[in-house]
Amino acid sequence: MNFFKKLFCREESRKTAKERLQLVLIHDRADISPEVMDSLRRDLIAVISTYMEIDESNIELDLEREDRSVALVANIPIRHVRRNARPEEKGQ
Amino acid sequence: MIQRVIVLTSGKGGVGKTTTTANLAVALARGGHKVVAIDADIGLRNLDVVLGLENRIVYSLVDVIEGSCRLKQALVKDKRVENLFLLPAAQTRTKDAVKPEQMKALCDELREDFDFVLVDSPAGIEGGFQNAASGADEALVVSTPDMSAVRDADRIIGMLESLGKSPIRLIVNRLRPNMVREGNMLDVSDVLDILAIDLIGVVPEDDNVVTSTNKGEPLTLNSTSPAARAFDNISRRLIGEEVPLLDVESLASTGFMARIRRAFGFKG
Repeated sequence: MNFFKKLFCREESRKTAKERLQLVLIHDRADISPEVMDSLRRDLIAVISTYMEIDESNIELDLEREDRSVALVANIPIRHVRRNARPEEKGQ
Repeated sequence: MIQRVIVLTSGKGGVGKTTTTANLAVALARGGHKVVAIDADIGLRNLDVVLGLENRIVYSLVDVIEGSCRLKQALVKDKRVENLFLLPAAQTRTKDAVKPEQMKALCDELREDFDFVLVDSPAGIEGGFQNAASGADEALVVSTPDMSAVRDADRIIGMLESLGKSPIRLIVNRLRPNMVREGNMLDVSDVLDILAIDLIGVVPEDDNVVTSTNKGEPLTLNSTSPAARAFDNISRRLIGEEVPLLDVESLASTGFMARIRRAFGFKG
Protein backbone atom coordinates (compact mmCIF):
# COMPACT_ATOMS: atom_id res chain seq x y z
CA MET A 1 0.00 0.00 0.00
CA ASN A 2 2.70 2.38 1.02
CA PHE A 3 4.55 1.52 -2.18
CA PHE A 4 1.60 2.47 -4.38
CA LYS A 5 0.98 5.55 -2.33
CA LYS A 6 4.52 6.69 -2.98
CA LEU A 7 4.22 5.82 -6.65
CA PHE A 8 0.95 7.49 -7.47
CA CYS A 9 0.04 10.01 -4.80
CA ARG A 10 1.68 13.31 -4.26
CA GLU A 11 1.64 14.17 -0.60
CA GLU A 12 2.55 17.81 -0.67
CA SER A 13 4.33 18.29 2.62
CA ARG A 14 5.85 21.42 1.10
CA LYS A 15 2.60 23.35 1.56
CA THR A 16 2.34 22.30 5.18
CA ALA A 17 5.92 23.37 5.79
CA LYS A 18 5.35 26.77 4.22
CA GLU A 19 2.17 27.46 6.17
CA ARG A 20 3.69 26.36 9.46
CA LEU A 21 6.81 28.43 8.86
CA GLN A 22 4.85 31.55 8.00
CA LEU A 23 2.86 31.24 11.20
CA VAL A 24 5.90 30.57 13.36
CA LEU A 25 7.77 33.52 11.84
CA ILE A 26 4.95 35.96 12.44
CA HIS A 27 5.32 35.28 16.13
CA ASP A 28 9.13 35.13 15.98
CA ARG A 29 9.25 38.53 14.30
CA ALA A 30 6.65 40.21 16.44
CA ASP A 31 7.89 38.38 19.52
CA ILE A 32 4.33 38.01 20.81
CA SER A 33 3.25 34.82 22.55
CA PRO A 34 -0.29 33.39 22.30
CA GLU A 35 -0.83 34.35 25.97
CA VAL A 36 -0.02 37.98 25.19
CA MET A 37 -2.36 37.87 22.19
CA ASP A 38 -5.17 36.58 24.44
CA SER A 39 -4.57 39.28 26.95
CA LEU A 40 -4.48 41.92 24.16
CA ARG A 41 -7.80 40.61 22.87
CA ARG A 42 -9.38 40.86 26.34
CA ASP A 43 -8.12 44.41 26.82
CA LEU A 44 -9.28 45.49 23.38
CA ILE A 45 -12.76 44.09 24.05
CA ALA A 46 -12.91 45.89 27.38
CA VAL A 47 -11.92 49.26 25.90
CA ILE A 48 -14.13 49.06 22.84
CA SER A 49 -17.10 47.85 24.89
CA THR A 50 -17.20 51.20 26.69
CA TYR A 51 -18.11 52.84 23.40
CA MET A 52 -20.03 50.22 21.50
CA GLU A 53 -21.56 46.83 21.92
CA ILE A 54 -19.54 44.31 19.95
CA ASP A 55 -20.04 40.75 18.84
CA GLU A 56 -17.32 39.14 20.94
CA SER A 57 -17.69 35.68 19.44
CA ASN A 58 -16.88 36.93 15.93
CA ILE A 59 -13.82 39.02 16.61
CA GLU A 60 -10.89 38.33 14.32
CA LEU A 61 -7.58 39.43 15.74
CA ASP A 62 -4.48 38.45 13.83
CA LEU A 63 -0.92 39.37 13.11
CA GLU A 64 -0.54 39.65 9.36
CA ARG A 65 2.69 39.71 7.51
CA GLU A 66 3.84 41.62 4.46
CA ASP A 67 7.43 41.18 3.30
CA ARG A 68 9.44 41.74 6.44
CA SER A 69 6.89 43.65 8.50
CA VAL A 70 3.98 42.53 10.60
CA ALA A 71 0.65 44.29 11.18
CA LEU A 72 -2.01 43.76 13.82
CA VAL A 73 -5.31 43.41 11.98
CA ALA A 74 -8.56 43.40 13.93
CA ASN A 75 -12.02 42.80 12.55
CA ILE A 76 -14.56 43.61 15.24
CA PRO A 77 -18.27 43.40 14.34
CA ILE A 78 -20.38 46.09 16.04
CA ARG A 79 -23.89 45.30 17.29
CA HIS A 80 -24.71 48.88 18.14
CA VAL A 81 -23.04 52.10 19.22
CA ARG A 82 -23.75 53.24 22.76
CA ARG A 83 -25.47 56.59 22.43
CA ASN A 84 -24.44 57.90 25.81
CA ALA A 85 -20.83 56.66 25.85
CA ARG A 86 -18.39 59.28 27.13
CA PRO A 87 -14.65 58.82 27.60
CA GLU A 88 -14.71 60.23 31.16
CA GLU A 89 -17.16 57.56 32.22
CA LYS A 90 -14.50 54.94 31.71
CA GLY A 91 -14.10 52.57 34.60
CA GLN A 92 -17.32 53.62 36.31
CA MET B 1 37.92 47.53 -7.57
CA ILE B 2 36.36 48.21 -4.18
CA GLN B 3 37.60 45.96 -1.41
CA ARG B 4 34.73 44.02 0.12
CA VAL B 5 34.33 42.25 3.43
CA ILE B 6 31.55 39.66 3.30
CA VAL B 7 30.31 37.53 6.20
CA LEU B 8 28.81 34.11 5.43
CA THR B 9 26.32 33.13 8.06
CA SER B 10 23.18 31.05 8.68
CA GLY B 11 22.08 30.84 12.28
CA LYS B 12 21.65 27.08 12.09
CA GLY B 13 24.69 24.82 11.94
CA GLY B 14 25.33 22.22 9.28
CA VAL B 15 23.72 24.03 6.35
CA GLY B 16 26.97 24.46 4.44
CA LYS B 17 28.51 27.79 5.45
CA THR B 18 32.06 26.49 5.46
CA THR B 19 31.69 24.57 2.20
CA THR B 20 30.19 27.67 0.61
CA THR B 21 32.95 29.92 1.94
CA ALA B 22 35.65 27.56 0.64
CA ASN B 23 34.10 27.19 -2.79
CA LEU B 24 33.39 30.89 -3.25
CA ALA B 25 36.91 31.79 -2.10
CA VAL B 26 38.43 29.40 -4.63
CA ALA B 27 36.10 30.51 -7.41
CA LEU B 28 36.80 34.22 -6.80
CA ALA B 29 40.57 33.60 -6.68
CA ARG B 30 40.41 31.62 -9.91
CA GLY B 31 38.56 34.57 -11.39
CA GLY B 32 41.65 36.69 -10.76
CA HIS B 33 40.71 38.34 -7.48
CA LYS B 34 42.89 38.42 -4.42
CA VAL B 35 40.94 36.60 -1.70
CA VAL B 36 41.37 35.82 1.96
CA ALA B 37 39.00 33.43 3.73
CA ILE B 38 38.80 33.95 7.50
CA ASP B 39 37.68 31.11 9.73
CA ALA B 40 35.84 32.94 12.52
CA ASP B 41 34.68 29.73 14.20
CA ILE B 42 37.18 29.88 17.02
CA GLY B 43 37.49 26.59 18.91
CA LEU B 44 35.74 24.60 16.18
CA ARG B 45 37.80 25.33 13.12
CA ASN B 46 37.00 23.55 9.88
CA LEU B 47 37.60 25.86 6.96
CA ASP B 48 41.25 24.68 6.90
CA VAL B 49 40.13 21.07 6.41
CA VAL B 50 37.57 21.89 3.73
CA LEU B 51 40.19 23.92 1.85
CA GLY B 52 42.80 21.17 2.35
CA LEU B 53 45.23 23.52 4.11
CA GLU B 54 45.18 21.98 7.59
CA ASN B 55 48.81 20.84 7.49
CA ARG B 56 50.22 24.24 6.75
CA ILE B 57 48.87 26.23 9.70
CA VAL B 58 51.43 27.86 11.96
CA TYR B 59 49.59 30.80 13.54
CA SER B 60 45.92 31.60 13.98
CA LEU B 61 43.60 34.58 14.00
CA VAL B 62 43.87 34.76 17.79
CA ASP B 63 47.70 34.92 17.57
CA VAL B 64 47.35 37.91 15.24
CA ILE B 65 44.87 39.66 17.51
CA GLU B 66 47.00 39.05 20.61
CA GLY B 67 50.09 40.29 18.80
CA SER B 68 51.96 36.96 19.00
CA CYS B 69 52.67 37.18 15.28
CA ARG B 70 52.29 39.53 12.37
CA LEU B 71 49.21 39.24 10.15
CA LYS B 72 51.28 38.15 7.14
CA GLN B 73 52.80 35.27 9.14
CA ALA B 74 49.38 33.82 9.95
CA LEU B 75 48.07 33.87 6.39
CA VAL B 76 48.28 30.44 4.74
CA LYS B 77 48.86 30.74 1.01
CA ASP B 78 47.09 28.21 -1.19
CA LYS B 79 49.57 26.64 -3.62
CA ARG B 80 46.95 25.44 -6.08
CA VAL B 81 45.36 28.81 -6.84
CA GLU B 82 47.02 32.19 -7.21
CA ASN B 83 45.81 34.85 -4.80
CA LEU B 84 44.02 32.63 -2.30
CA PHE B 85 44.83 32.85 1.41
CA LEU B 86 43.37 31.40 4.60
CA LEU B 87 43.41 33.02 8.01
CA PRO B 88 42.73 30.04 10.27
CA ALA B 89 40.83 30.03 13.56
CA ALA B 90 42.49 28.94 16.78
CA GLN B 91 41.42 25.45 17.76
CA THR B 92 42.37 25.50 21.43
CA ARG B 93 40.73 28.78 22.38
CA THR B 94 37.15 29.96 22.80
CA LYS B 95 35.11 32.67 21.15
CA ASP B 96 35.79 34.98 24.10
CA ALA B 97 39.40 35.33 22.92
CA VAL B 98 38.23 37.87 20.33
CA LYS B 99 36.21 41.08 20.66
CA PRO B 100 34.11 42.60 17.85
CA GLU B 101 36.31 45.75 17.70
CA GLN B 102 39.43 43.62 17.26
CA MET B 103 37.80 41.64 14.50
CA LYS B 104 36.74 44.84 12.78
CA ALA B 105 40.27 46.22 12.96
CA LEU B 106 41.60 42.96 11.51
CA CYS B 107 39.15 43.03 8.60
CA ASP B 108 40.05 46.65 7.87
CA GLU B 109 43.73 45.75 7.80
CA LEU B 110 43.05 42.89 5.38
CA ARG B 111 40.93 45.15 3.22
CA GLU B 112 44.10 47.06 2.33
CA ASP B 113 45.60 44.01 0.63
CA PHE B 114 42.70 41.98 -0.69
CA ASP B 115 39.80 42.38 -3.12
CA PHE B 116 37.61 40.03 -1.10
CA VAL B 117 37.64 39.17 2.59
CA LEU B 118 35.23 36.27 3.22
CA VAL B 119 34.39 35.63 6.87
CA ASP B 120 33.06 32.17 7.71
CA SER B 121 30.82 32.73 10.74
CA PRO B 122 30.13 30.12 13.42
CA ALA B 123 26.55 28.91 13.86
CA GLY B 124 24.42 30.63 16.47
CA ILE B 125 23.50 34.21 17.22
CA GLU B 126 25.82 34.89 20.13
CA GLY B 127 29.36 36.26 20.47
CA GLY B 128 30.91 34.21 17.69
CA PHE B 129 28.43 35.49 15.13
CA GLN B 130 28.71 39.06 16.42
CA ASN B 131 32.50 38.85 16.05
CA ALA B 132 32.30 37.45 12.53
CA ALA B 133 29.79 40.07 11.41
CA SER B 134 31.46 43.07 13.03
CA GLY B 135 34.02 43.73 10.30
CA ALA B 136 31.75 42.95 7.33
CA ASP B 137 30.01 45.36 4.98
CA GLU B 138 27.72 42.81 3.41
CA ALA B 139 26.35 39.36 4.19
CA LEU B 140 25.55 36.10 2.48
CA VAL B 141 22.98 34.05 4.37
CA VAL B 142 23.13 30.32 3.70
CA SER B 143 19.99 28.25 4.25
CA THR B 144 18.81 24.82 3.26
CA PRO B 145 15.14 24.53 2.25
CA ASP B 146 14.00 23.03 5.54
CA MET B 147 11.95 24.55 8.30
CA SER B 148 14.53 24.93 11.03
CA ALA B 149 17.19 26.37 8.71
CA VAL B 150 14.76 28.90 7.21
CA ARG B 151 13.47 29.92 10.61
CA ASP B 152 17.00 30.49 11.91
CA ALA B 153 17.94 32.32 8.70
CA ASP B 154 15.03 34.69 9.34
CA ARG B 155 16.36 35.45 12.79
CA ILE B 156 19.89 36.05 11.52
CA ILE B 157 18.61 38.31 8.70
CA GLY B 158 16.87 40.46 11.29
CA MET B 159 20.11 40.74 13.26
CA LEU B 160 22.18 41.52 10.15
CA GLU B 161 19.68 44.23 9.21
CA SER B 162 19.93 45.84 12.62
CA LEU B 163 23.74 45.71 12.35
CA GLY B 164 23.38 47.71 9.14
CA LYS B 165 24.85 45.10 6.76
CA SER B 166 23.94 45.68 3.14
CA PRO B 167 23.32 43.99 0.83
CA ILE B 168 22.15 40.85 2.62
CA ARG B 169 21.69 38.11 0.06
CA LEU B 170 20.50 34.52 0.26
CA ILE B 171 22.08 31.27 -0.91
CA VAL B 172 19.67 28.33 -0.94
CA ASN B 173 21.93 25.34 -0.41
CA ARG B 174 21.39 21.59 -0.76
CA LEU B 175 18.17 21.82 -2.71
CA ARG B 176 16.97 18.36 -3.73
CA PRO B 177 15.36 18.70 -7.17
CA ASN B 178 13.47 15.41 -6.94
CA MET B 179 11.85 16.32 -3.64
CA VAL B 180 10.92 19.75 -4.92
CA ARG B 181 9.39 18.19 -8.00
CA GLU B 182 7.28 15.92 -5.82
CA GLY B 183 6.15 18.83 -3.69
CA ASN B 184 7.92 17.49 -0.64
CA MET B 185 10.47 20.23 -0.16
CA LEU B 186 10.14 24.00 0.03
CA ASP B 187 11.18 25.37 -3.35
CA VAL B 188 13.23 28.50 -3.94
CA SER B 189 10.18 30.73 -4.41
CA ASP B 190 8.71 29.51 -1.10
CA VAL B 191 11.93 30.35 0.74
CA LEU B 192 12.10 33.78 -0.91
CA ASP B 193 8.43 34.41 -0.10
CA ILE B 194 9.13 33.72 3.53
CA LEU B 195 12.48 35.46 3.97
CA ALA B 196 11.88 38.39 1.58
CA ILE B 197 15.51 39.07 0.71
CA ASP B 198 17.46 38.95 -2.56
CA LEU B 199 18.63 35.61 -3.86
CA ILE B 200 22.19 35.27 -5.12
CA GLY B 201 22.21 31.56 -5.90
CA VAL B 202 20.80 28.08 -5.56
CA VAL B 203 23.07 25.10 -4.95
CA PRO B 204 21.68 21.61 -5.58
CA GLU B 205 22.46 18.72 -3.25
CA ASP B 206 25.52 17.04 -4.75
CA ASP B 207 27.41 13.98 -3.50
CA ASN B 208 30.60 15.46 -4.94
CA VAL B 209 30.63 17.93 -2.06
CA VAL B 210 31.29 15.07 0.36
CA THR B 211 34.07 13.53 -1.72
CA SER B 212 35.69 16.90 -2.35
CA THR B 213 35.75 17.60 1.38
CA ASN B 214 37.24 14.13 1.98
CA LYS B 215 40.08 15.10 -0.34
CA GLY B 216 40.41 18.71 0.80
CA GLU B 217 39.81 19.94 -2.73
CA PRO B 218 36.92 22.40 -3.04
CA LEU B 219 34.76 21.62 -6.07
CA THR B 220 35.38 24.96 -7.70
CA LEU B 221 39.09 24.04 -8.09
CA ASN B 222 38.42 21.78 -11.05
CA SER B 223 34.98 20.17 -11.03
CA THR B 224 32.04 20.76 -13.35
CA SER B 225 29.51 19.03 -11.09
CA PRO B 226 26.18 20.80 -10.47
CA ALA B 227 27.25 22.24 -7.10
CA ALA B 228 30.57 23.40 -8.55
CA ARG B 229 28.76 25.26 -11.33
CA ALA B 230 26.32 26.76 -8.83
CA PHE B 231 29.15 28.07 -6.58
CA ASP B 232 31.01 29.39 -9.60
CA ASN B 233 27.88 31.25 -10.74
CA ILE B 234 27.46 32.81 -7.28
CA SER B 235 31.06 34.06 -7.37
CA ARG B 236 30.35 35.70 -10.73
CA ARG B 237 27.14 37.30 -9.47
CA LEU B 238 29.13 38.65 -6.51
CA ILE B 239 31.27 40.69 -8.91
CA GLY B 240 28.19 41.98 -10.66
CA GLU B 241 27.93 39.64 -13.65
CA GLU B 242 24.45 38.69 -14.78
CA VAL B 243 24.37 34.90 -14.67
CA PRO B 244 21.06 33.05 -15.06
CA LEU B 245 20.07 30.73 -12.22
CA LEU B 246 20.98 27.07 -12.64
CA ASP B 247 17.95 25.14 -13.87
CA VAL B 248 17.62 22.96 -10.80
CA GLU B 249 14.40 21.40 -12.11
CA SER B 250 16.34 19.86 -14.97
CA LEU B 251 18.50 17.99 -12.46
CA ALA B 252 15.50 16.02 -11.20
CA SER B 253 15.41 12.51 -12.52
CA THR B 254 12.23 12.12 -14.49
CA GLY B 255 10.16 9.31 -15.85
CA PHE B 256 8.29 6.35 -14.50
CA MET B 257 11.37 4.26 -13.67
CA ALA B 258 12.83 7.05 -11.57
CA ARG B 259 9.60 7.24 -9.61
CA ILE B 260 9.62 3.49 -9.11
CA ARG B 261 13.20 3.64 -7.86
CA ARG B 262 12.29 6.38 -5.43
CA ALA B 263 9.21 4.49 -4.30
CA PHE B 264 11.56 1.63 -3.41
CA GLY B 265 13.61 4.05 -1.39
CA PHE B 266 16.48 4.74 -3.78
CA LYS B 267 17.44 8.36 -3.78
CA GLY B 268 17.08 9.87 -7.23
